[in-house]
Amino acid sequence: MINKISASIAEAMSGIQDGATVLVGGFGTAGIPNELIDGLIEQGARDLTVVNNNAGNGDTGLAALLKTGRVRKIICSFPRQADSWVFDELYRAGKIELELVPQGNLAERLRAAGAGVGAFFTPTGFGTELARHADGTPKETRHINGKDYVLEYPIHGDVALIKAEAGDRWGNLIYRKAARNFGPVMATAAKRTIATVHEIVELGQIDPEHVVTPGIFVSQIVQIERVATQAGGFKQA
Amino acid sequence: MSNYTKRSKQELAQRVAQDIFDGAYVNLGIGQPTLVANYLPEGMEVVLHSENGILGMGAAPAAGAEDYDLINAGKQPVTLLPGGAFFHHADSFAMMRGGHLDISVLGAFQVSATGDLANWSTGEAGAIPAVGGAMDLAVGAKQTWVMMDLLTKKGESKVVQACSYPLTGIGCVKRIYSDLATLECTPAGLKLIDKVDGLEHAELERLLGLPVSI
Repeated sequence: MINKISASIAEAMSGIQDGATVLVGGFGTAGIPNELIDGLIEQGARDLTVVNNNAGNGDTGLAALLKTGRVRKIICSFPRQADSWVFDELYRAGKIELELVPQGNLAERLRAAGAGVGAFFTPTGFGTELARHADGTPKETRHINGKDYVLEYPIHGDVALIKAEAGDRWGNLIYRKAARNFGPVMATAAKRTIATVHEIVELGQIDPEHVVTPGIFVSQIVQIERVATQAGGFKQA
Repeated sequence: MSNYTKRSKQELAQRVAQDIFDGAYVNLGIGQPTLVANYLPEGMEVVLHSENGILGMGAAPAAGAEDYDLINAGKQPVTLLPGGAFFHHADSFAMMRGGHLDISVLGAFQVSATGDLANWSTGEAGAIPAVGGAMDLAVGAKQTWVMMDLLTKKGESKVVQACSYPLTGIGCVKRIYSDLATLECTPAGLKLIDKVDGLEHAELERLLGLPVSI
């Protein structure tokens, strides 16, 4: 029998190793799996590489994880926000490494990892500073059918932490509105995917035509209470 | 000296909206481009895309009705129109990169006469870099339009021979909608589409420091 339901966040988070690459879903504050991030802080793994679109908002969630000093490197597209002071301070103090990736390349590098693609040529970033490696050497490029492309490699996660709306014991997931964002693609890109859901339903209760992430991409689901997503990422009046 | 009035932000948004066609799939960038949505002619159906996974984005919700699981790329709450859809990030950027979006409207620091775009970084030392979807938006849509003031606050032209700020994309901008004129970027340089009343052609070229063909 398959049962991917974890009794608690602590149980779901066990076994995350030091040095792990952790894919964290969410865009701004929508779809951020705050409960799992708190669980990761509790769990204590360190020397982490975190992949998220942003680099934390305010003092909670991802920002709180960064504050523990256990994140060595962040791979993201948009770290600087009105309320990203935790990251800003760490970055300015040279305490965190940043790999800046155009948002679409970030999504596609995750997709490539999940789909078993070894690398891909993308037009995004060609001729820009982001077509260079961290050491300044140029990334491989190619001229294909009259257009220029940059070679980008997949981003594989050891674990993905994502937030979904509802799931069943096989791990099938549906999401809520634009909180879906990186969740489905990150679920495919990690060796192990842990998802929070607000509702656990019986097998067959999610219409198979509506399943967004099929259970094969999900390792564990944990039920959490529904808390309304808070505003974040912009200047509030 | 010619005697002319600049387009206001609202007039500029209205000017851009005029060129968007019925049935277009459009991404309006963060900032000024967002205003364009307010001026789309009534009776016309334009599907707005937001890179965080929305097609059919509607206006801001009424106060008190905000749902922060339904936000735009600027993280502001929005609404969804009937017929709208949600999808994940890889699909969302496939819509851009794959050339499915008709028009992407972006702000800019600088645009070159041949359509190179600089809009993500001023290259300032010590600044924290952030790119978001700018590079994907610049190269992906069928047409990339820039919406900006033609001159900086110091009076320098933002349309240049070659961008001095870090590039977002090469030769990707098709049109520049500005407070003084609408210009087309071509491999041979700038072409005039229109300009505000009273602005002499020679004065426009003087302000730009670049030739503009008619």
